[in-house]
Amino acid sequence: MDHLLGIVGDGFVMLAADEKVAHSVVTMKDNQDKITVLDETKILAGGGQFGDVCMFTELVQRNLQLYNLRNGYPMGVKAAAGYTRTEIAKLLRKNPHMVNMLLGGVDKHGPALFWIDYLGNMQKLDFGAHGYGGYFALSCMDRYYRPGMNIDDAKSLMKRCIEGINQRFLIGGASFKVKVVDAQGIREVDLSDVQVAPEAAGNAMEQ
Amino acid sequence: MSSRYDRAITVFSPDGHLFQVEYAMEAVRKGTTAVGVRGQNVLILGAEKKGTAKLQQPNTMRKICNLDSHICLAFAGLTADARVLIDRARTECQSYRLTLEDPVSVEYITRHIAGIQQRYTQSGGVRPFGISTIVVGFDADNKPALYQTEPSGTFSAWKAAAIGRSSKSVREFLEKEYNDEAVETEEGAIKLAVRSLLEVVESGSKNLEIAVMRSGEGVSYLTEDELAAVVAKVEEDKGAAAAAPAVTAQAVSS
Repeated sequence: MDHLLGIVGDGFVMLAADEKVAHSVVTMKDNQDKITVLDETKILAGGGQFGDVCMFTELVQRNLQLYNLRNGYPMGVKAAAGYTRTEIAKLLRKNPHMVNMLLGGVDKHGPALFWIDYLGNMQKLDFGAHGYGGYFALSCMDRYYRPGMNIDDAKSLMKRCIEGINQRFLIGGASFKVKVVDAQGIREVDLSDVQVAPEAAGNAMEQ
Repeated sequence: MSSRYDRAITVFSPDGHLFQVEYAMEAVRKGTTAVGVRGQNVLILGAEKKGTAKLQQPNTMRKICNLDSHICLAFAGLTADARVLIDRARTECQSYRLTLEDPVSVEYITRHIAGIQQRYTQSGGVRPFGISTIVVGFDADNKPALYQTEPSGTFSAWKAAAIGRSSKSVREFLEKEYNDEAVETEEGAIKLAVRSLLEVVESGSKNLEIAVMRSGEGVSYLTEDELAAVVAKVEEDKGAAAAAPAVTAQAVSS
């Protein structure tokens, strides 16, 4: 299954998604970009049933582009997330789409991350994850996340989570695509040079 | 004779006219002028800006609209009809991209718009759209394309086109002045569009709106200053051309 991770930092949102596409026991592709650029201010990481993911994320992308053309400005992040979850919810009892998503973007209210699952649940979060990777990454983020992190700390946290997943998840060796959206736009980020500080001594609870 | 055959859209007159469609073209001729020029690697759309009432905000009335990131449209005629048609075209552009994962070609979207206009000339209880459009954009092979549609639903490609008020004189001017050297550069194409509009628009950059579409860049509007500079240059050239014959006349007489 797909690992999706998201962190909100100081004026930016960082999303990471693994790059593997599997069919039964075969890896079909190991460099798939699962983070769709919706428009100049928003990105969407999607995981689940791959066909559904592609169809649904493209549908959201095209409708957000139409909104942009009609009105002359891009939709706000909360509005886009609301639209996305409503579409999933409308389809749920007709033609359910097995798509879990993390939508991150920056607008006039600042950076925002929305967690949307295949049932149409939606939550605004500071950090979130989908998939088995979430079992390992969430506790890592619980411990090390601080609100308003700068980009380097966020990269370090993301790398720590990814290393944790690759260490403990049964199907290891996942490579991740990482993208950042901020007021200047959207860019890909390379985590290969990021150093992760060693484990903090003692128990976080004791501090 | 014509009054018996011009009520319903779906009725031909004995001499083969569809009067409602022709009346729709009259409505287009009442609208402000719009002009399109196809350069070698640039597309220019120009429109006459109607005088606005004092309390009205001029920037909310745009005659040149984006259909997609690579296609632009200018219209002449009933603004409300244009709004509806443009919205349908925008939706079609995105729907095409969703289904085929490819941007529309200029010809495709023009055919779609013209198809909608034609459908409204053959249905009961509806009237034709009272607008003509000029659709411009770059195709996948990076060649610029310019098309014009009419209320009848016909469309064709043009090197330069004019619609709306006094479009006949503007078109005659373009037929005289358009050649490949004139539009080889972006500057030349803009000048030709401005010159053609100034034939019928009261002089002054305040009454013009010019949009430039470059390959891969989308559309950008000339700012007031840039437009004023072009208009000044055009006036200068006109003045120089007018002065030249006077010089030779003096030489002959003296």
